[in-house]
Amino acid sequence: MRPETDHDESVPHTHPDPGVDPHTPLAPAGRALRVGIGGPVGSGKTALVAALCRAFAGELRLGVVTNDIYTTEDADFLKRAGVLDPARIRAVETGCCPHTAIRDDIGANLDAVDELAEAVGPLELMLVESGGDNLTATFSRGLVDRQIFVVDVAGGDKVPRKGGPGVTAADLLVINKTDLAPMVGADLSVMDRDARARRGDLPTMFLSIREDPTAGRVAAWIRHELSHHRAVAAVPVGPA
Amino acid sequence: MAAPSLLLLLADGRFPAGAHAHSGGLEAAVAARRVTDLATLAAFLRGRLATAGLVGATFAAAAHRAAPAADRRARLARLDTELDARTAAPALRAVSRRQGRALLRAGRTIWPHIPFADLPGAGGGPHQPLVLGLLGAAAGLDRTETALAAAYGTVTAAASAGVRLLGLDPYHVHALLVDLAGACDATARDAADAADGPPEDLPAVAAPLADIHAEVHATWEVRLFAS
Amino acid sequence: MRAAARLVARADGRGGTTLVELRGETPLLLRQVPTRRGGVTVYVVGGAAGPLAGDDLRLHIEVGAGAAVRVHTVAASVALPGRPDATSRMLVRAVVAAGAALHWLPEQLVAAAGCAHVAESRISVADGGALSWRDELVCGRYGEEPGDAVVDTVVDHGGRPLLRQSLAVGPDAPGWAGPAVLGGAPATGSLLVLDPSRPAEPPLVTAGGTVARLPLAGGPATLWTATAPDAHTLRRHLTPPEAPLATA
Repeated sequence: MRPETDHDESVPHTHPDPGVDPHTPLAPAGRALRVGIGGPVGSGKTALVAALCRAFAGELRLGVVTNDIYTTEDADFLKRAGVLDPARIRAVETGCCPHTAIRDDIGANLDAVDELAEAVGPLELMLVESGGDNLTATFSRGLVDRQIFVVDVAGGDKVPRKGGPGVTAADLLVINKTDLAPMVGADLSVMDRDARARRGDLPTMFLSIREDPTAGRVAAWIRHELSHHRAVAAVPVGPA
Repeated sequence: MAAPSLLLLLADGRFPAGAHAHSGGLEAAVAARRVTDLATLAAFLRGRLATAGLVGATFAAAAHRAAPAADRRARLARLDTELDARTAAPALRAVSRRQGRALLRAGRTIWPHIPFADLPGAGGGPHQPLVLGLLGAAAGLDRTETALAAAYGTVTAAASAGVRLLGLDPYHVHALLVDLAGACDATARDAADAADGPPEDLPAVAAPLADIHAEVHATWEVRLFAS
Repeated sequence: MRAAARLVARADGRGGTTLVELRGETPLLLRQVPTRRGGVTVYVVGGAAGPLAGDDLRLHIEVGAGAAVRVHTVAASVALPGRPDATSRMLVRAVVAAGAALHWLPEQLVAAAGCAHVAESRISVADGGALSWRDELVCGRYGEEPGDAVVDTVVDHGGRPLLRQSLAVGPDAPGWAGPAVLGGAPATGSLLVLDPSRPAEPPLVTAGGTVARLPLAGGPATLWTATAPDAHTLRRHLTPPEAPLATA
């Protein structure tokens, strides 16, 4: 069952004070928008990446960097499911420290981002998938421009209340696998209420990739961020 | 000691130059069941310090020595080919250049005034010890301190990987590092002295299993560590 | 004991090779043996036991343009202890011209207990020259721990560094028998093949993770490196494909 209070209206959203942009400044002109996708093990990060690949196929020049344990099977999955050429995917070895690689020591990820752009040409959108970690793992702002934190209802409806930087501060919180809620006894309205309490004005979305295989609203949110990114990039910097 | 805090900073495993993702060959040695416990890890660390540790530290010291030289570009280029000739395994050459690239990325951002443009290795990146040598010089470390940061890094990265891969007691692993401290200091002194020699005479201590392990590791489908 | 030997080979102008100089002294004696086809084969004949610590042996090899030389030894050399605190040395210097070929395929060096030995090779190959160079080291005679031995090989190709490697075993080499270096293998060695007519071969690990084929950075050269449970197995891993003696 869907909660009554959905955040659909938040995409595209308006800022409380139109004169003040609360976003962290976006990346310099000309490079891809980098969106981090983090969250606990099994919350559906890879499935979301696949859904977004499907959503943006033929629309955006897309690349994926993954910090997860990445097998040729995973590559095949993305290739089959998301029409993403394996040449557009880079895996980063994290030395058993997935949070370090996306937060404290981001060089290998930046390297992978650069290598991808060198190998396949300029990209518009780069998805950076974290390794499965816990609720405290977030991306460095030096690595990504925006981050999505993915939790799932099967992890229990207490997860938003537990908070942690992923839940409280991610630019978008995705509560995934809503189709499983009745089976695991999760109350989505509780999750929604707790997420609002934790996140203030930051958007939260419920998602079932089984029902929405292109993660339409998440894709729409990314499109919005991307148009913002391009608008910022188009503004000339300094005196002409 | 001219810049003790900067030595600690450069040698710190938390310095963002990618060290956490490298096991220094330990992941492959563990997979080959050559390292299984504290005793075999101790032997691994000792052998690594005496081979790759000494060579890396010497090249860091030699790059440090080249840093203020008028013919610095030519000297660094020669050190680059000399280190290639000491690194028979292509996987290890690639790892050294990958780590060099990571250190260079950190160095360029943290110390924007340090010149790195004449570092060789445009394709795969500069060898890590050469970048470390220039960073050490620019940070005001002396040659021995720079060599020490290099030698120390070769053992601590592998030791930390041992904790993560084998679930070893971190206190016991740090006790191993304490046992190795004297050897680490001596390696740095030897490296700093050796750096005065002509480039062809710099140490070239080989470790057949390091080459073999690195090439096996490079073929794996799934790696937890980048090396 | 000090000894020096020289071997200088030139093309004979008829597609073959002639030795213009071949002289040695005990225990470093050189003997030419008949060869099936172009090129010459020379054996180093050990004239005394050893080397013993304190010995200083030098061999100089020059292979001129168009010439081809194959060098073997008749038996393994066993580095033995000698005068206290002394080191035995064997230095081989080789210069290989463009269009020339040198195949250095000696028997093993055995580092006996208590030895202190340094085997140095300094090889310079011109662009267009060919080289096979084998170093094999057996750590101790049967059932014994080796003394200190260093096998130090420096190869330049076209005036640029191609290979620098120095393998050290024994009490002065920390961790040499451990899992970072030899993993308890009593025999180890390498075979370098530099052949301007063939590109280096891609990396490959064989023999259950004991042998690696490594393309070098500095030229069309491949290094096989191996650890082995015994000298016989090591030799099987480090036998070059039958190379033509003459490159021309």
